[in-house]
Amino acid sequence: MISLSAHGLRSSADPSRRSFLVTMLGAGVMLGYAKSTFGAADAAMRAMSTQTARSAGDLFEPTIWYGIDAGGTVTVNIIRAEMGQHVGTALARIVADELEADWNKVKIVTVDTDPKWGMMVTGGSWSVWQSFPLLSRAGAAGRIALIEEGAKLLGASPQACTARDHAVHAGGRSIAYGDIVARGKLGRTFTSEELEKMPIKAADKRRLIGRNILAQDIPSKVDGKGRYGLDAVVEGMVYARPKVPPTRYQSKVQSIDDSAAKRVPGYLKSLALDDPSGTAPGWVMVYAETFIAANKAADLVKVEWSSGKAATISEADIQKRSADLIADPKGGSTLVDDPGVDAALTSAKKKIERTYTTSTVMHFALEPVNALAFEKDGIFEIHTGNQWQTLILPTLAKALGRGQDTIVLRSYLLGGGFGRRLDGDYTVPAALAAKAFGKPVKMVCTRADDMRFDCPRSASVQVVRMAWGDDGRVTAMDHHAAAGWPTGVMAPFFMPKGVNGVPYDPFASEGANHWYTVGAQRVRVLRNDLAEETFRPGWLRSVGAGWTNWAVESFMDEAASAAGADPVKFRLGMLDGAGRNAGSAPNSVGGAHRQAAVLARLAQKVEWGKPMPKDVGLGIATTFGQERAMPTWTACAARVHVDRTTGHVTAQKLTLVIDAGTIIHPDSAEAQVEGAALWGLSMALREGTEFVNGQPKDTNLNSNPVLRMSDIPEVEIEFLPSTEVPTGLGEPATTPVAPAIANAIFAATGARVRHLPIRPQAILDALAHQT
Amino acid sequence: MTTFKLNGRTVSVQSPDDAPLLCVIRDELGLTGTKFGCGIGFCGACTVHVEGRATRSCITPVNAIAGADVTTIEGLDPNGKHPLQTAWLELQVPQCGYCQPGQIMQAATLLKDFPNPTDQDINAVMAGSVCRCMTYIRIRKAIKLAAARMRGETAHD
Repeated sequence: MISLSAHGLRSSADPSRRSFLVTMLGAGVMLGYAKSTFGAADAAMRAMSTQTARSAGDLFEPTIWYGIDAGGTVTVNIIRAEMGQHVGTALARIVADELEADWNKVKIVTVDTDPKWGMMVTGGSWSVWQSFPLLSRAGAAGRIALIEEGAKLLGASPQACTARDHAVHAGGRSIAYGDIVARGKLGRTFTSEELEKMPIKAADKRRLIGRNILAQDIPSKVDGKGRYGLDAVVEGMVYARPKVPPTRYQSKVQSIDDSAAKRVPGYLKSLALDDPSGTAPGWVMVYAETFIAANKAADLVKVEWSSGKAATISEADIQKRSADLIADPKGGSTLVDDPGVDAALTSAKKKIERTYTTSTVMHFALEPVNALAFEKDGIFEIHTGNQWQTLILPTLAKALGRGQDTIVLRSYLLGGGFGRRLDGDYTVPAALAAKAFGKPVKMVCTRADDMRFDCPRSASVQVVRMAWGDDGRVTAMDHHAAAGWPTGVMAPFFMPKGVNGVPYDPFASEGANHWYTVGAQRVRVLRNDLAEETFRPGWLRSVGAGWTNWAVESFMDEAASAAGADPVKFRLGMLDGAGRNAGSAPNSVGGAHRQAAVLARLAQKVEWGKPMPKDVGLGIATTFGQERAMPTWTACAARVHVDRTTGHVTAQKLTLVIDAGTIIHPDSAEAQVEGAALWGLSMALREGTEFVNGQPKDTNLNSNPVLRMSDIPEVEIEFLPSTEVPTGLGEPATTPVAPAIANAIFAATGARVRHLPIRPQAILDALAHQT
Repeated sequence: MTTFKLNGRTVSVQSPDDAPLLCVIRDELGLTGTKFGCGIGFCGACTVHVEGRATRSCITPVNAIAGADVTTIEGLDPNGKHPLQTAWLELQVPQCGYCQPGQIMQAATLLKDFPNPTDQDINAVMAGSVCRCMTYIRIRKAIKLAAARMRGETAHD
């Protein structure tokens, strides 16, 4: 029942079975985790070779997480993609706090791929949660090593020394970290056991964590100097724009006619790509000396394809398949399957059943997908922004027919991640285009190309049931959720098994596995094969929790209404922390009680129960963020106005209360919540497309509306103070917004909507249905 | 060949007459602060100033601006310290940052027209600029902060 995805990830990032080194090597301190398979000596060797490649006195670049040079500069290596979360600053401050470093002497470096980093992924709102134990212990280990060596240089005992402000102090004398590096002999090694027990500071001793600072990535984002994948250039490169085939799979090129394109100055040629990895089947690349020419030529190149069977599949077919899968009691994976669910539902005098649906949602990261690829000195380089380098490297290796060890992804800023760039599929046609052409190729997708190649959030269908006993207590809850599974398609090895032994996609189910105590409970998730044959389902900001909570939290309001209960009191009554909802150390200490606490605080904050003006309603919803294994306790209240004549909904205010444990960088945390909540609003009221004959219907902003300045409500955010494990913040606030909006619409008008996005017509229909 | 002024310098470019100004600036002239988002003038990431007016460079053919003064984010202020840029830093507006040069360029002309903009003014002018990270709340605050400072500076002149 544990979400293995998050649990396993955290474990793999833990330093167990690894040893930690603090070794003096010439001009710098090397601090790193060496894999046991290579051993400490190997790590030291690699550090040495890196170091000897540079002249003495240069910046020493440590092999792993951070290093300090003789000038005292601390350089922290960041393996996470920078896509707006200011992750480098947050992670470096975790190191610097324990290290007692002067923040002004801390630099961050976003690294390129290298096996030594372990898994490189930036998603799931995991970065801080995953990195905190590693980096805080690494910082603490460095501080201990510096104190020991500093003590020798000061002629004092280590016990008499303290580290503070980038120096070691003893009895009124001090030595700067840089001087310790320059003059000392640092050779301390920490075993994995020592590291696991490495004490970190008490929360009240922290000097950087919990305090605001200008994030290091921001200045280059206001003066135009920031380098995104789209800005990558290399000498001698040509451009290519793809002709994206009519279906994601099984399209085959029948003919290419480029006679009209030949009149475009700078046009070079068009080639059908041969993709052994099957990532971009049927793609044709149109090459030119400039993007201007490639873009124009691509419009003129005529390609005939034989398309795959998805060419006849549309949104309604996909949704029907989900509904059929749910209707069949067999099949699927069960995350929870208590005995007695069916009996309780059958015998109950009072029960309800509701169906909730969501449309396909596109990522629309503002930077269209692109990549620059070329081979140089035996290494195939891919220059692009990406969120899961480790996932796409084996696919690139297969596509290019070469070893992973000869492929490097160079890191750039991401013009939006939102999960789109967890799927590195776009690197494959770029790499194949470069290989086929024999020159560096920069592949740029237009917006429509990008949208047609997107891995959208799958449309979904959910059926939820609840039963009450004669005493009015909830006796059973039954939740069935069906959609295309991103993890099933792209990372099946990441799928844990349900209680019935069938693997499930945690990113298409978490959220349904909630913290309410509901008597006998069943959560069954089903994989929509037709969706997966039609498109590549993607991880989209807040993943499964973004749509499963649409059902859970809309349903809780409907259930409260059926029970004649207040929606807040109804929820609080079930957030009792009993049994499996008690929570456990370290990640979910307090369990459902913490979810109850954010909800109770929210209710107080918004003066729940106070009268509202006509056609204005307040709705609430509460979630645990992304995953049971890493709960970010979240509650949201939406205040909306509904125009009964037009069905138009105006979101007036969103109020959020969040408990994400320890907050590393409060300003960035708030920014993530602002953005995530407004994503939730955008998906509640604006965003949603549909597949028509195997293609997304909307491929640009002229028909795919997203939230704009004029749509933005007042947003108020409160973090509950906590010194618990820091959890995630990039996505949790997305999850409660849509149901809070629907619940507010109900509160304002009595109209209940059960499909996302909520279109005015649906409200008009619901209003008409009432009368 | 088209000749125009870019950030105060006269440039002559070889791109075809109908080439989008955006591509000319980014690819031929190498100034990549201006971004490509939608290609149809609906997102604002490509916003530059043409004769001081906010212009969507992705739908502007280069020959349409022959002889004109064009300013990009790189030329808004010689030191990158336009009051908007300073306010953007102080309020930590950018998230991914991709749209922000366009937002700042659009906001700069907003403040010329509305030195003391109301929320409605900001909505009307900035609604054409999409921020996918949804930094709108901070953009609004930063515009007001910069506007207040610019009015203050003007009063002292």
